[in-house]
Amino acid sequence: MELSQYLSMFIDESREHLQAMNENLLSLENNPQDISIVHNIFRSAHTLKGMSATMGFEDIASLTHEMENVLDLVRNHKLAMDSFIFDCIFKSLDSLESMVEDIIQGGTGKADVTQIVASLGSIVTGDYKKSSADAPASTDSNKKEGTKGIEVDEFQYSILQQSIDSGFLVFFIKVSVREDCVLKAARAYMVFDALEQNGEIVKATPSVQDIEQEKFDRTFSVYYISKIDKASLQKEILNVSEIESAEITTVDSESLADMSRKQSEVEAATKEIAAAVAAVAPEASDAPAAKAEPNASAKPAAGGAPVANRTIRVDIERLDALMNLFSELLIDRVRLEQLASEVKRNDLSETVEHMSRVSSDLQNIVLKLRMVPVDSVFNRFPRMIRDLAKSLNKKVDLVITGAETELDRTVIDEIGDPLVHLLRNSVDHGIESINDRLAAGKPEHGTVYLRAFHSGNHVFIEIEEDGRGINREKVLKTALKNGLITQDQAAKLSDTEVYNLLFESGFSTADKISDISGRGVGLDVVKTKIQMLGGHVHVESKPGLGSKFSVQLPLTLSIISAMLVKLGSEKYAIPLSSIVETSAIQRNQVRNIHGNKMIEYRNSVIPLVSLSTLFDVPDFKEDMEDETEIVVVRKGDKQVALMVDEFIGQQEIVLKTLGKYLSGLFAISGATILGDGQVALIIDPNALIK
Amino acid sequence: MIVFALGTEEYGVEVEKVRTIERMQPMTRVPKAPEFIKGVINLRGVVIPIIDLRSRFGLETQNYTDATRIIIVSQGDYEVGLIVDSANDVIDLDTDNIDNPPEIVGGIKAKYLDGIARVGGQRLLVLLNLEQVLDRHEIQQLERTED
Repeated sequence: MELSQYLSMFIDESREHLQAMNENLLSLENNPQDISIVHNIFRSAHTLKGMSATMGFEDIASLTHEMENVLDLVRNHKLAMDSFIFDCIFKSLDSLESMVEDIIQGGTGKADVTQIVASLGSIVTGDYKKSSADAPASTDSNKKEGTKGIEVDEFQYSILQQSIDSGFLVFFIKVSVREDCVLKAARAYMVFDALEQNGEIVKATPSVQDIEQEKFDRTFSVYYISKIDKASLQKEILNVSEIESAEITTVDSESLADMSRKQSEVEAATKEIAAAVAAVAPEASDAPAAKAEPNASAKPAAGGAPVANRTIRVDIERLDALMNLFSELLIDRVRLEQLASEVKRNDLSETVEHMSRVSSDLQNIVLKLRMVPVDSVFNRFPRMIRDLAKSLNKKVDLVITGAETELDRTVIDEIGDPLVHLLRNSVDHGIESINDRLAAGKPEHGTVYLRAFHSGNHVFIEIEEDGRGINREKVLKTALKNGLITQDQAAKLSDTEVYNLLFESGFSTADKISDISGRGVGLDVVKTKIQMLGGHVHVESKPGLGSKFSVQLPLTLSIISAMLVKLGSEKYAIPLSSIVETSAIQRNQVRNIHGNKMIEYRNSVIPLVSLSTLFDVPDFKEDMEDETEIVVVRKGDKQVALMVDEFIGQQEIVLKTLGKYLSGLFAISGATILGDGQVALIIDPNALIK
Repeated sequence: MIVFALGTEEYGVEVEKVRTIERMQPMTRVPKAPEFIKGVINLRGVVIPIIDLRSRFGLETQNYTDATRIIIVSQGDYEVGLIVDSANDVIDLDTDNIDNPPEIVGGIKAKYLDGIARVGGQRLLVLLNLEQVLDRHEIQQLERTED
């Protein structure tokens, strides 16, 4: 079966399931008794396993399989979640994510997950408890042995499988040394030596290093590939002195898979401690089980299957094609409208009018199709904050509001990184350590608010925390040191201006730049990125009470507000974002300074640019008018007045490129298609200001 | 080959490079662009620059007529429209019938041509070298000389 055509679907769905598992796991962490959440995670894991196995991504499938084993125990009340299990599953999710990422990058999705598989295995067998619960009491050897499972990883598994297939014998050998054995390591070494003469050891439990350092109790086990038969093998091993017994099991391909697990269980059972753990474990899981019962029974009533998202996926290129077709339709509409007004027949005008209304509704829908809730960006933050808080040893709650706010797909794709940076900054620098918080009379838990909301034609995203706030003096000191401002300026700056210094490049108030973020290091990058998206970012802060980063973004990149102007018969668009003001001036207000035309504008003198001269407009000259309309545009703090013939009005326009052939045109940044199908060029005011 | 006419001569351009052939339609002038770029049009939602082939080859310009067509061609990354006097025909060409371009004194520079093809008994077809026609370096040079 040709699978590549399903790859993008697989990737999308895997991401969704991983995201769902992450979210569910987080909520389970806050509410560990709720078995219904475990059911959800299990379902996701199960689907993911099935999908990846079908697609041939065996590593993903096997790791999810291990996860499922753990989750299965949990949902059947045989195991209670604890922080070790949470960490372990989170880690598994991370590996799965990186494997999926690898597939996206064109890789094969393979990864070494032995460690995690081993930990997951030890959870299933209950061994990990031993290591945590009995660690102080038990010896080193016990601990080591406990955490190591007997599972084989994917690589070893395939070796075993191949060996069986090619006619070798595969044995699982458990060797016990005598209780009175003095040099356990030496004896083990002799066994290994004997074995290696006749075959190959694939995997030893505990690991070979541990055995060499005598970090094992009385038994160790190996997977062994050989050609000699079971009996002579046993003889070989028992030839080594001080060996009490050698249990040899022949492994065939059927038993290979569950062999690894069963054996580890058997092994666990043989240990004295295991009995104690076994007694503890049910107790531990009994309590939550009882509490979880009502939940579990309530759930099926609500319907076993998860509520399916009633959505379909559409390739963004198809949407673009739809948009283009739609502009075609608009042209015909305008033509029809003209014809209707010429023909002057009532029925026709009514029909055309109705069609106009329908098509403008359609237009709105087409534009909305490109909108995606910010949720798709926000949903990875809870996990990030959790890990961040954990590694910084802080307690942080993330409160997200407005995740349903919609933004254009193009903006969504770009906004993730800057937000990650700002959030990290807030947790790292904003929120104080637990002790500092208590000392300041604040609750132990810091809170980071992440809000998104619409306002006019913009979307605002705010990141606010109740941390220590920005230290004005420190910012000033660093700015002075880095030569960003002078002493004189420093005294005059308002608080907001001081805080905005954070966004200057190469700025950091952090005493020590941590690997998480340096406040300032990278904030300039954040600012650049957001500005590139046509947005703004600014920061507010109250010392001791916290800071707030506020990001203002345009709804979409492909549609901008612009002022349409006329120069004779030609129409041009000027982006609203760079327009300061429009007004009209009299001819006698124009001054000539050094041969350049200037006008007085709000207590300053700014240059006056004749667009018609600049663009060689054939049928219009400002010189012919007594009064001229002007558009004042700005770039940074510089301003220029552009003379135009007539204002048409403000309009939302769809940005189009002029194509490669016309790249690098002077003062033209693109084009748009007007309602009548005509192309209007978009003026780039930045090019007009030097 | 798509056959089109420019003045009295017939030209050919490969079918694979031609996207569509359009009638003349309103164009938006692009200021500061080389003179032979007549403007841009909206072709089903895509903005496409239009080159007047006569002016590109330095032939005398003519008024557009009902027969005037815009041939939308794509060459590499470029997608442009070429204004021609008329688009006539689609023919198959035998490569054996293609000769190297001769020096045409006072005519179109030979470098814009791929060759001359004989079709049937009488017709001579000039094969256009789109790559050269759309070469941006030359355009930039032209711009510079204009400045």
